[in-house]
Amino acid sequence: MYKVVIGLEVHCEVLTNTKNFSNAKNSYTNIPNINVMPVDLGLPGILPVVNKEACKKALKTAMALNCQTPDEIIFDRKNYYYPDLPKGYQITQVTKPFGRNGHLTFLVNGEEKTVDIHQLHLEEDTAALEHYTNYSLIDYNRSGIPLMEIVTEPCIYSADEAVAFLENLRNVFLYCEVSEAKSDKGQMRCDVNISLMKDTDTKLGTKVEMKNINAFNSVKAAIEYEIKRQSELLDKGEKIVQETRRIDEDGKTYSMREKVDAVDYKYFVEPNLAPVKITDEFKEKVRSEIPELEYSRIKRYLKLGINLEDASTIARDKYISDYFDELLNYTKNISIATNYLTIVILGSLNKLNISIKELFITPKMLGEVVNLVDKNEVSNQLAKNIIYEAMEKNIEPLEIIKSKNIKQISDEGELINIIKKIISESPDQVKEYLSGKEMVANFLVGKVMKETNKQANPATSLKLIKEELERMR
Amino acid sequence: MEYIKSTIEDLRKSLDNKEITGEELFNKAKTLANDSQNEINAFVTIMDSYMPKGKTKTILTDIPYSLKDNFSTTGILTTASSNILKNYVPVYDATVYKKLKDAGAILVGKTVLDELAMGGTGTTGHTGIVRNPWDKSRLIGGSSAGSCASVASGIVPFSIGSDTGDSVRKPASFGGVVGFKPTYGRISRYGLFAFASSLDHVAMLTRCVKDAAIVTNILKGYDPLDMTSLKDDGLDYTKDLDKSIKGKKFFYIKEACSYDKKSDMLSKTLSQFDDLIKKIEKLGATVDEISIDKDLLNAIYPSYMVISCAEATSNNSNLTGIPFASRIDGNTYEEIMFNTRTEGFSELIKRRFVIGSYVLQKENQEKLFLNACRVRRLIVDKMHELFKDYDALIMPASGGIAPKFGEASDVLSDEYLILENHMAIGNFGGFPSITIPYGFVDSMPIGVNITGNIFKDNEVLNIAKQIEDILDFKGQVAGDKNV
Repeated sequence: MYKVVIGLEVHCEVLTNTKNFSNAKNSYTNIPNINVMPVDLGLPGILPVVNKEACKKALKTAMALNCQTPDEIIFDRKNYYYPDLPKGYQITQVTKPFGRNGHLTFLVNGEEKTVDIHQLHLEEDTAALEHYTNYSLIDYNRSGIPLMEIVTEPCIYSADEAVAFLENLRNVFLYCEVSEAKSDKGQMRCDVNISLMKDTDTKLGTKVEMKNINAFNSVKAAIEYEIKRQSELLDKGEKIVQETRRIDEDGKTYSMREKVDAVDYKYFVEPNLAPVKITDEFKEKVRSEIPELEYSRIKRYLKLGINLEDASTIARDKYISDYFDELLNYTKNISIATNYLTIVILGSLNKLNISIKELFITPKMLGEVVNLVDKNEVSNQLAKNIIYEAMEKNIEPLEIIKSKNIKQISDEGELINIIKKIISESPDQVKEYLSGKEMVANFLVGKVMKETNKQANPATSLKLIKEELERMR
Repeated sequence: MEYIKSTIEDLRKSLDNKEITGEELFNKAKTLANDSQNEINAFVTIMDSYMPKGKTKTILTDIPYSLKDNFSTTGILTTASSNILKNYVPVYDATVYKKLKDAGAILVGKTVLDELAMGGTGTTGHTGIVRNPWDKSRLIGGSSAGSCASVASGIVPFSIGSDTGDSVRKPASFGGVVGFKPTYGRISRYGLFAFASSLDHVAMLTRCVKDAAIVTNILKGYDPLDMTSLKDDGLDYTKDLDKSIKGKKFFYIKEACSYDKKSDMLSKTLSQFDDLIKKIEKLGATVDEISIDKDLLNAIYPSYMVISCAEATSNNSNLTGIPFASRIDGNTYEEIMFNTRTEGFSELIKRRFVIGSYVLQKENQEKLFLNACRVRRLIVDKMHELFKDYDALIMPASGGIAPKFGEASDVLSDEYLILENHMAIGNFGGFPSITIPYGFVDSMPIGVNITGNIFKDNEVLNIAKQIEDILDFKGQVAGDKNV
């Protein structure tokens, strides 16, 4: 067995209207080269103009990740030649990145884990290349899109931890509304550095880098494959080659190139962008816009007595969690509220394929129904049906209840008359019951429900039916 | 009215009095430009037709001008006088060009420069050398060579150039005209092909100080496309030109102007400078000799080279033949880039890029690049300190007249290292700086440079105008006067 040490470099496109240094649109499109301005092509004479919103969002993310933040905004040039880099340099941050020495704490299979963040900086994306047999195509739509790069310390020790970190990091982006972070659109991509060492070793093993993995399950597959591949090599006493590998669709990794001497990017401060001071006031403003984050909410829900699974489900999405928090303003019954949110509401969202923001049922409406169920005034089943009907017809649940004169009949005196009638109409079933088929009682409850338009309290009805039938023995 | 001697104001009057039309002016300029090409070779492109695009009437409406061929002009070939861009037609307008177009000024042509604005001779452009209209066996200086030649020979009353070390102010001296570089950021650089971004300035050549003020009035102001541009100071630079400079305090740098052994040329130049100082003192101003650490002064040129080459190598990394530029084919992208850049740049340019790359390398950066930046800071601090007591630095723009072809090169003698390169101080600190003609040596013009503190463009122009007024060179064109 070897100890696995993983470090991640995560790239995430920042959600802005325009690009990082030009006024071209920052939006995803399949039509190539339409969101392009002279700046994005690196034409002679162009100058970068910083997108303030991108800076703000990078700063916000750095704060959400508990980073130290700089006193001023400075950009640097990273110089290298590649066909996807029209200027021949990338504007990035080396001197004073937006964040340093941060951390993110989250749960992995129920256990708390903290990943240390080495650095968070803002840079620009490159153009997208498509290679064919005899030629390559370049799409400059992506050129200049604001990109955050988050570099972790080598403190991740398994594929599960890596994936959990990525999922939680993505939720930080989503909670802070700084990125859509969709990996299928390449908005969130990840480089994985992995090395294996013996438990007794004090020095990290040889690092292998895997570049540009989009999907989280590919990250998992790549790590698991690498652990297996490297373990086998080490078992045989062979050396790990320091190299860059790519993951293929078959889940295996293949060598791209061996790492020769590290490239000298000849960094220097971007002369076209004078340093801009970040005032404490601005920092406070940005900080105040960071919502309570996922892990903190999970802990809060656990304290309310919600189980880990439900707490995690609710906190996974900020808007669902916000909805739930508002719901709790209208009802005290956390158990029913949780049940209604996770089963009825989330189920409907899935079925209707809509987001919670588009949902007709407000937390207040849902709270009112939960309270009726809580007070036994509406049966559970009826309440759920009412909610579905409300969604379908865009009518408030209370309106439906009122218009149909629905309430739960729990009064035994009222119920017993109905039950006596049903029993007298069902001689065959009575016979079956008396011959030992006690399940028949449930069938009779169904009949009572039908007779009462589902308003009868099913539990009370069952109790009364059984009493009545037993008396007939 | 004799067109070639006319200032902007003269032409404005003639136009307003309907003595001449804009089209006639353009045609005069175009004819002069075409006729001069064989001998002077100031232009890469000469426009075919009069195409007024002004939005409102301004002082520049229908005034012809030329533009250095390193400003982006939509639909008009812009080569930066380099083979690598010999077929490059921009798709956007430089802010400067747009402002001039909106103001109604008429572009006559795009002028030759030293390749990619790197160089001071006007001999390295891809379309051949530019000659000095005063003496065709001499160079005009650079890099704004064609711009200066077109103004010095009277083809246009003003030209827009760029100034990274002294690329407008040195040719102005050799061509007997005015060269003005306002404060860094006063004029937007958007669309000016970058040489060294922290040193690059939009600058202009005119035949009198007032014209420089007029042109700056039109060009200055904040540009949302250039984050280093300054908010407009709201001043009309023509307003205070005639204010007395009585009581003003000037200084010159002793180490740049005193030598144990002087060449005949330097003696003549410095003696004219002495005469000028006396004349200035008669205006009620004082001129002090100030001593500055010679090691620091000697470090100006090497620091300038280090910083400018470093920025230039990065700024010109876009010229790969991939998205644009004259591509030379290859089997891989590396080969395409390699072939394009090998064929596209001259040896002098490659030399600068090698220097730039070298000083930025990790192992050299601290010692070379960052130390050069520190020298720059020390010099600028020293100037700020002096500007607390003084209104301006006054210096000969050069130690002599324009050299003959072959006489001078970019390899400079140690002897005059300081005197020939002090104007880079203006670029180090972004100081407003102007060169105006102040005399003749061997029948060739020489210029004096006046540099003030940042934001003091108005004062620098005022001082220059007052000195211009006590001399007799205002509006001169080549051949007009032979002393």
